[in-house]
Amino acid sequence: MTATTVDERLLETSPLRKLLSRPELGSVVGAIAVFVFFALVADGFLRAASLSTVLYASSTIGIMAVPVALLMIGGEFDLSAGVMVTSSALVSSMFSYQMTANTWVGVGVSLLVTLAIGAFNGIMLTRTKLPSFIITLGTFLMLTGINLGFTKLIDGTVSTKSIADMEGFESARDVFASTLTIGDVDFKITILWWIGLVALASWILLRTRAGNWIFAVGGNQDAARAVGVPVTKTKIGLYMGVGFGAWISGQHLLFSYDVVQSGEGVGNELIYIIAAVIGGCLITGGYGSAVGSAVGAFIFGMTSKGIVFAEWNPDWFKFFLGAMLLLATLLNAWVRKRAEATK
Amino acid sequence: MARFRTWAGIALAGALCVSLAGCSSTGGKRAEDARKAAAAQGKAAVNTPRWTFAMITHSGDGDTFWDIVQNGAKQAAVKDNINFLYSHDDEAQQQAQLVDAAVDKQVDGIIVTLAKPDAMKAAVARARKAGIPVITVNSGSEESKAFGALTHIGQDETIAGEAVGEELNKRGRKKAVCVLHEQGNVGHEQRCDGVKNTFDGTVQDLYVTGTSMPDVQSAIEAKLQADSSIDSVVTLGAPYADTAVKAKQGAGSDAEIDTFDLNAKVAASLKDGTLGFAVDQQPYLQGYEAVDLLWLYKYNDDVLGGGKPVLTGPQIITKDQAAALEEYTERGTR
Repeated sequence: MTATTVDERLLETSPLRKLLSRPELGSVVGAIAVFVFFALVADGFLRAASLSTVLYASSTIGIMAVPVALLMIGGEFDLSAGVMVTSSALVSSMFSYQMTANTWVGVGVSLLVTLAIGAFNGIMLTRTKLPSFIITLGTFLMLTGINLGFTKLIDGTVSTKSIADMEGFESARDVFASTLTIGDVDFKITILWWIGLVALASWILLRTRAGNWIFAVGGNQDAARAVGVPVTKTKIGLYMGVGFGAWISGQHLLFSYDVVQSGEGVGNELIYIIAAVIGGCLITGGYGSAVGSAVGAFIFGMTSKGIVFAEWNPDWFKFFLGAMLLLATLLNAWVRKRAEATK
Repeated sequence: MARFRTWAGIALAGALCVSLAGCSSTGGKRAEDARKAAAAQGKAAVNTPRWTFAMITHSGDGDTFWDIVQNGAKQAAVKDNINFLYSHDDEAQQQAQLVDAAVDKQVDGIIVTLAKPDAMKAAVARARKAGIPVITVNSGSEESKAFGALTHIGQDETIAGEAVGEELNKRGRKKAVCVLHEQGNVGHEQRCDGVKNTFDGTVQDLYVTGTSMPDVQSAIEAKLQADSSIDSVVTLGAPYADTAVKAKQGAGSDAEIDTFDLNAKVAASLKDGTLGFAVDQQPYLQGYEAVDLLWLYKYNDDVLGGGKPVLTGPQIITKDQAAALEEYTERGTR
């Protein structure tokens, strides 16, 4: 406490202190460590083409990690996020094909469906008061079954039919799955989507009233309700945000591969959660950032592809991945502690 | 001091073990080591430069079948002086990214499975653009040529399924269950559809969770209990055959269990009559030939198959041939 009578919350803090108190600081240090490590041990990791592959791998995780991080800051989980991506691609593809509609119609319907699934999660959660872990576990299992069952019912096989020769496919592919060539290196457009989502989410979190609500409901739900924060609306909105992310990821899957396998996506929800946690989100809610989730996704992308560049035995792949994640998160926690100690 | 005593005890036990009847004179680790020592005499038989070939498959973690494919590939790699890299992921998007990573590494040859062809299209095209020769194995015989691969090595899943259907007819079966252990695998669907094409009786599909053996067993058991007229169960992978046998015993059914693919257990079960027959696609050959053909292409510009897939199966294996194969399945090459 200073000797003046000025309220401590109004005190000027130095820019360095501000930087040190950012949730993503630890993950940035972790990312630099992982990057340097693979630059040293993995042959060809620093080539532009390799980095573009790493960035693409990171973006496919990162696009989902952003809304998942927001949801976790709001104090909830979504275990259905992984299969929802597959659902989004399946709906879009099958609707266009069966109705012989322009593929943009399928894209639109798919957006409505994923938002509805998100809303369903949010409404179930706020109505039943059950933990989000249980609600979304149920949704996850139901979606896994629906993905397979519907695809088999409508298409007769386990993957969708090709829509590459339909109207609107080219333009939709340009939007969701094109490749931009800068110099002689190809970059996938998902990297732009990812950056855009991170910027949007950061703006919501730090510059809008909704952002304050998200931090409030994640920090203490009852206190937030008592001071007039619309808790129910905020949570449903957050789940719909995950639906929106799943929509983008799903459309990318569909338009880059044109055919969707109905059984995929299981297990990815944990990867999104891990990316958010490495990026500084607390499992308990109320703390974290969108930029952190992006850094977490980047660490994940670097590790998963770096192991390949380093020519390590793939049997150990998951072990290295787990060890890397633990180390990154530990470093994260340590940096945060140091930062808080300097306040 | 105490530590010294322990070590002395261990040494003494070892000495006793060698001299007394406390040890098995057959099988076990010692027999395996002797086999390995005999096999490890392998040296490169060629003087070509040390090229790097990468193999990227759609296998999940810890899969018997792909282990045999790898064994074949590694054997050929030793002989052809190749630095052999293996990676795998059962998610199409991840597998495509692994191919991209191999291209970034500027390897000299790529071997890839096209279980999800549409997902792999762009990645294979990128490899071709970079001037890296590609050979497809195991799945994707229809797409291989269009993607610009040199050749395809594998088994046509529909033809393999049809061979099973014919064999079932020969055995006078009427009602079969096809056990699919991986929902969403197109090759598996083709196998079961192939059985349906040629089998005169009825075939029902049964989906099980392949990653959980107890689940597989209880599902097959429930199916056999629900319908006692089922007289044959066809599993699509060697490890599931044994589970189906257990399920059959649990359900008290007398259905015949048949399977795709081989492993040591299947060979032994064929020999003692627990299993009816197995249809093999010789995974060792798929790995071995893929590496060898890439080497031939790099060394001599040779391409095998005349633009058609090189088939490694189906090969129906019954009780008669099983005895000869047992030794090979033990060492992980069949």
